[in-house]
Amino acid sequence: MSKSSVAKRVPVSFTVNGKSHSLEAPAMARLLDVIREDIQLTGTKEGCGEGECGACSVILNGELVNSCLVPVIQAQGAKITTIEGVAQGDVLHPVQKAFLECGGAQCGICTPGMVLASLSLLEKNPNPTRDEIREGLAGNLCRCTGYMKIFDSVARACGSQQ
Amino acid sequence: MRAYLPDYEMITAPSLQGALEVLARGEFRPFAGGTDLMVLFEAGKLSHHKWLSIWGLDELRGIRVEAAHIAMGALTTYSQIQRDATVQAEFPLLIEAARLTGAIAIQNRGTLGGNIVNASPAADSPPALLVYEAELELVSCVGGKIVSRWVSYRDFHTGYKSTLLKKGELLRTIRLPRTLGAEKGWVQHYRKVGTRKAQAISKICIAAAARVEGAKITDARIALGSVAPVPMRCLKTEAYLRGKDLGLAASWMGEARAVIASEISPIDDIRSNADYRRGVTQNLLEEFVKKLSSGSTR
Repeated sequence: MSKSSVAKRVPVSFTVNGKSHSLEAPAMARLLDVIREDIQLTGTKEGCGEGECGACSVILNGELVNSCLVPVIQAQGAKITTIEGVAQGDVLHPVQKAFLECGGAQCGICTPGMVLASLSLLEKNPNPTRDEIREGLAGNLCRCTGYMKIFDSVARACGSQQ
Repeated sequence: MRAYLPDYEMITAPSLQGALEVLARGEFRPFAGGTDLMVLFEAGKLSHHKWLSIWGLDELRGIRVEAAHIAMGALTTYSQIQRDATVQAEFPLLIEAARLTGAIAIQNRGTLGGNIVNASPAADSPPALLVYEAELELVSCVGGKIVSRWVSYRDFHTGYKSTLLKKGELLRTIRLPRTLGAEKGWVQHYRKVGTRKAQAISKICIAAAARVEGAKITDARIALGSVAPVPMRCLKTEAYLRGKDLGLAASWMGEARAVIASEISPIDDIRSNADYRRGVTQNLLEEFVKKLSSGSTR
């Protein structure tokens, strides 16, 4: 194997939060790193880097994924939503508003992933039960809240009784 | 330590034929949803450096329902499996396995084919596939043509992390015969034991089905994960159970537990230890038999 100090870059195009991006990146670069470093949207966080914690969650072609596990070449042509694309200007999404009201966010590292996982859940199931909320967020870890306030936030966002 | 990115290469192919031509040259290996390989990559433990992304090959996706079986493309994800009405109705063990693999974000990317060829003895879907007597279609490109062969999934794992796949071969289809219907008296059972429901890799996992007529077990299929170098069918235990009277289960349960303990070979590792795995395997068998006795079909 030839040793190189510079990774070969390939052209990749995709849409992030409605805006088209064309850039060059190593084919196997993690989508997470490209979003944070090349596109400079640092709302997407790195937690474990191995698909356990969900901090790096983004919505890729309508499906929640761990962006740390996606080689950027597999995002070619994709439509991606990151946490920066959730609010409409200064108007928070109801899920974000509920997280503020219920204390669903504390240190904030898990919050972008929690919010995207919640959006993804509510899109498929607008009126989840408490158990369905738990299952929908089971791939997102939080070390601060103890989860109850996060579950409350999702329940409030969809207007369900707690 | 993280992987050194310049050491790695990833390419794509426009079609299955194109992908097989690349694989036939032997330099590149297939890469699907990445839920296992990217973890190794991040940990600096991905020893192979040249990868062919097959994620874009839609011809490897989807579930086809035919009269005698269902055929799933190797890239069918766990999320797609859970949404399929036929799988829901007839293959509940596979639904359970899909639900208990990782969490939603993993289920959206993890593929059934990837779970099979990754060949971990701790994977969640293999025990279900063993009970359903899955057949695998392996394809390769020979002289510019796609050549296909079918193998029984039961023979696929030849040792720890080794399989029947030859260089240049790709898993294309997983086929499940539609034979274990509840109307024919089959009762199915799946249980994964891990540290938590989501994300955890199993300590022990069982998929089982038995046919009960009156109080008699007339047929049984039992498969286990995480208790041997490969996902395994428990043929001795199955043979032992055939013909047994559920009404007399208290008298033969001890012997059944001894039989299943004799055919597994669990080890101590980071997730559990051999003694615990042996004990829990026996308990899981007993739980299954109790379910058969209770008359519950799910």
